[in-house]
Amino acid sequence: MPHVSLTAKGSRNFKEGAIGAVLFACAAASTLVTIGVVLVLVRETFAFFSEVSVIDFLTDTRWEPMFQEQHFGVLPLLVGSVMVAVGAGIVALPIGLLTAIFLSEYAGPRLRKTLKPLLEILAGIPTVVYGYFALTFVTPLLRVFFPETEIFNAAAASLVVGIMIIPTVSSLSEDALRAVPDSLREGAYGLGATKLEVSTRVVVPAALSGVIASFILAISRAIGETMAVTIAAGNLPNITVNPLESIQTMTAYIVQASLGDTPQGTTAYRTLFAVAMTLFLITLAMNVLSQWVLARFREEYQ
Amino acid sequence: MSEANRPLGTGESTFDRRRRLMGRAFAWLCGLATSVGVAALAVLLVDLLIDGLPRLNYAFLTSFASRFPERAGVKAALAGSVWILGLTTLIAFPLSVAAAIYLEEYAPRGWVTKAIQTNIANLAGVPSIVYGILGLALFVRALGLGRSVISGALTLALLIMPVIIMAAQEAIRAVPSTIREAAYGLGATRWQVVSYQVLPMALPGILTGTILALSRAVGESAPLIMVGAVGFLAFTPKGLSDQFTVLPLQIYNWVSRPQDEFRELAAAGILVLLALLLSMNAVAIVMRNRAQAQR
Repeated sequence: MPHVSLTAKGSRNFKEGAIGAVLFACAAASTLVTIGVVLVLVRETFAFFSEVSVIDFLTDTRWEPMFQEQHFGVLPLLVGSVMVAVGAGIVALPIGLLTAIFLSEYAGPRLRKTLKPLLEILAGIPTVVYGYFALTFVTPLLRVFFPETEIFNAAAASLVVGIMIIPTVSSLSEDALRAVPDSLREGAYGLGATKLEVSTRVVVPAALSGVIASFILAISRAIGETMAVTIAAGNLPNITVNPLESIQTMTAYIVQASLGDTPQGTTAYRTLFAVAMTLFLITLAMNVLSQWVLARFREEYQ
Repeated sequence: MSEANRPLGTGESTFDRRRRLMGRAFAWLCGLATSVGVAALAVLLVDLLIDGLPRLNYAFLTSFASRFPERAGVKAALAGSVWILGLTTLIAFPLSVAAAIYLEEYAPRGWVTKAIQTNIANLAGVPSIVYGILGLALFVRALGLGRSVISGALTLALLIMPVIIMAAQEAIRAVPSTIREAAYGLGATRWQVVSYQVLPMALPGILTGTILALSRAVGESAPLIMVGAVGFLAFTPKGLSDQFTVLPLQIYNWVSRPQDEFRELAAAGILVLLALLLSMNAVAIVMRNRAQAQR
């Protein structure tokens, strides 16, 4: 009898161990994805930089990889991406934060329950749809006010990307605002503060780390956004500060280059990876920064 | 007492009055900001309905893409999206749930677990187009899968796995630990606890998160452009190695043509895509409500 139970226990232990190992493998697979991304990007980027100097890549002001006389300056693409991100930020950061304050401090539970899912729909709408909206609705509207607006322009793209990232700002900020304990609010009210003063001088400062993290995350999303800017902002690498002109972002270039028949193994083909690497590093840095802000400046209330 | 209960509004100074008015203005400002998002959503939907509804009919759903706008439809794209949806689910769901179970129920507290967790959080923030580059280099080229349905599905599976893992972790974490302790107390093994107790309770939450992640995959187009899906196709995929297109790419293809007729087709295609997404989300909401009602 003891013998039998021992072997049963042995096989049971083996089965348990095997299951644990399989589950671990699945979790560890996610790490392989990261390693895969980094390996692919690094390998091709190194190949690219053996043909084009890093200094040219970072300082040349022309991006013309498909031309007879090739130029590989990433600056026009970088400026394009930054312009869209700044434009989107101008739209989304104030609106998102004010929305978060409204939902957390002003709206009743029922209103909040209706508004929140509605706003989250904005984040769930596919980005091609925003591209369509920018091109067929926003741009014609802009042309009514600014007739010199080009068909493809940075302003329309920034505007729709801004709308798209409102929920990122509003829901993460709202979570942060709601995590501020009521005792702080009550203390401020007790001292005679108005709701405006409580919201802007007590609640928002107390939740600042969460609010800033949501800002950084939203901007990082705007930089990585692809289809809306490809459709609406154009494909003209162009260093400009005029949002009514056509530009090209890093993401739009990647799409354009992979749609065309760029022969594999050429320098033009490797630009895909060099640009993607730049994009990856920028967004990764911003995501890490947002996590760091959250961890470093979090105010703990108990 | 009666002195203290005097209404505060009486004898208001100009300073207090300004504070009160500022407060009211701020409340309006916040309400206005909130309505911007809602209004944008409404304008977007109305614009789409006006542009796309006239084109939307049965023939649109059952015709292939065409050079002639009046004959064009979304058959290939709809079939491709369903293929991609099915395959991506098959690949991403089991792997993600297994990873979530490991991280919540098995993983020892240590740097390995912490590294995996941080990595997953960071992967969720990587732009989708970078996954497209990985798909291109890994699945299309290195593994020789070509510009096929399976390359597309694998790429999208990698893209949404971090999202499903994090949602599943949250659902598993929400299962009360008393349930686990009771099962362990009765002599259950870890796997028995997980498979008989934890998973059934966490399943609605896991499924909700999975459906939301899948609806993201259905709306994705950038990574699929990278792995070689095309915007113009006159057949539906029959197998894993066939070429394919999906709804968002078909829409992109139509949007990028200058003629108004194709823009209308794009709007009609968007309506089909949104209908698909809406029904997926409805399923998710029903499941969430049912799960909440059970508790």
